[in-house]
Amino acid sequence: MIKVSGLRKAYGSVVAVDGVDLHVREGEIFGVLGQSGAGKSTLLRCVNLLERPTGGSVTVGGRELTALGDRELRQARQGIGMIHQHFALLSSRTVAGNVAFPLEIMGVPRGERVRRVEELLDLVGLAGKAGAYPAQLSGGQKQRVGIARALAGRPSVLLSDEATSALDPGTTQSILALLKRLNRDFGLTILLITHEMDVIRAVCDSAAIMSAGRIEEAGRIADLLARPGSRLTEELFPLPPAEPGSVTITFTGAYSGRADEAVVSQVVRKFDVDVNILGGALEDVAGVSAGRLRVRLTGGESEAALGYLRDRGLLVEVAAR
Amino acid sequence: MTWSDMSPLLWQATGQTAQIVAWSTLFTVLFGLPLGVALVGTDRGGLFPAPVANRVLGAVVNVGRSLPFIVLMIAVMPVTRLIIGTTIGAGAAAVPLTIGAAPFFARLVETALRGVGRDVVQAAQAMGASRGTIVAKVLLPEALPGLVAALTVTIVTLVSYSAMAGVIGGGGLGDLAIRYGYQRFETGLMIVTVVVLVVIVQAVQSLGDAVSRRLTRR
Ligand SMILES: Nc1ncnc2c1ncn2[C@@H]1O[C@H](COP(=O)(O)OP(=O)(O)O)[C@@H](O)[C@H]1O
Ligand SMILES: [Mg+2]
Repeated sequence: MIKVSGLRKAYGSVVAVDGVDLHVREGEIFGVLGQSGAGKSTLLRCVNLLERPTGGSVTVGGRELTALGDRELRQARQGIGMIHQHFALLSSRTVAGNVAFPLEIMGVPRGERVRRVEELLDLVGLAGKAGAYPAQLSGGQKQRVGIARALAGRPSVLLSDEATSALDPGTTQSILALLKRLNRDFGLTILLITHEMDVIRAVCDSAAIMSAGRIEEAGRIADLLARPGSRLTEELFPLPPAEPGSVTITFTGAYSGRADEAVVSQVVRKFDVDVNILGGALEDVAGVSAGRLRVRLTGGESEAALGYLRDRGLLVEVAAR
Repeated sequence: MTWSDMSPLLWQATGQTAQIVAWSTLFTVLFGLPLGVALVGTDRGGLFPAPVANRVLGAVVNVGRSLPFIVLMIAVMPVTRLIIGTTIGAGAAAVPLTIGAAPFFARLVETALRGVGRDVVQAAQAMGASRGTIVAKVLLPEALPGLVAALTVTIVTLVSYSAMAGVIGGGGLGDLAIRYGYQRFETGLMIVTVVVLVVIVQAVQSLGDAVSRRLTRR
């Protein structure tokens, strides 16, 4: 749905985005995780060409945006929704007026506009707030207006720039739940950027880690979990640094959903090993439960025990001695 | 001079002042508002960046603002005669007043427009809004309280400039104060004239403040 190739954006000598390739599939929620200054916002703003890339190409829904002229680009943008960290609502317009704004830009006739605004406010749970001004709303309500506004043109793609970063944790969860619902009910493809792991954990099907303008790792979360040495897995399940010889077991892929199977006690019984648990975490990620366990195996047939675990479909990584 | 002598003179002069200020306000907005939009728009990172045009406009505005009004008033007399056909009367006074006030108003407009957040402008761009739409539906409405405040200050300035325009026969309260108050030593009339001017300025300012406050939705 979104394809970014070789994207570069430089501001003078500062290279904000440094050769990024990204592929967001239709109907998925794709999260880009990175620290502040990593270039996430610049990347996102290059996707709808709010920033003209210095190099590379951007294709959304089969249209190469980087090849379009001004007028066609404006047209194309009407099919791409965007929500913002600080909501970016017009303070001089009511909630209904804000949601109607993109419809005015598209030239939708007044009667239809009124109907559509009502529908959209219903959808985001703000039916009673049509006449309120943004200043009278809470942060979560403002972002709901932002979402309703972004959906006005029935976009196939939604871009989200830290949409929950200015919100408290409870409100964050409700906004994420709304995004998830829109994704599920309408097949809305969402590309979001965030510096919060929790956002990735809560809603994303795929993720990328960005740092210093580059993508370090990207893919479906389920696949990344099964990939040895994955940084994303590290971030999802922060464990203490691996001591030499310690074993990290990731319950995922074929094993997801069965993380609670008594695999550790089976190993103890079958291979006569001692298991020291050094750390562990269990999380629901991308809709499935997954987890990591760091242990030390001593005595008995530890090699055979590791083989047994691998055969059960677990990712087993042994830290070098 | 008794009150009944003064009263008709005052009414007539107030009417002339109102007329002068109304016309010059109209033309000041007509020229100053687009100029203010252009000052913001042509700036680096603006809606239609044009660094050279920006610098030229900025210089023109600064020259207009640094000329003492009294000098400007006399200097533009040939222009006034060209446009109005005479250099005397309300219409003639509106020409130097507009030339004097438009650059001033443009700067105030510029400041008000710069107060509109970059993020709302970009949000509109992300929706596919054209630059004209962004000016008409984002910049101006969002800056409206500030624009009303700018207009208020400008009208107050025009009222005081219009009194000065009385010197060269522009008519109005300034003219009255000079002809009767100063040249004929009618101190009473001069004081009343000043009081009327103060009341007008107060009224304009209070009205402007009230409107600006009502429009503020932040
Ligand atoms: N308009 C700009 N002009 C100059 N430098 C910029 C601009 N926008 C972003 N940058 C720089 O690009 C880098 C990435 O910024 P940004 O994309 O905002 O990162 P993030 O969203 O990940 O915090 C930063 O070093 C920032 O200073
Ligand atoms: Mg950012």
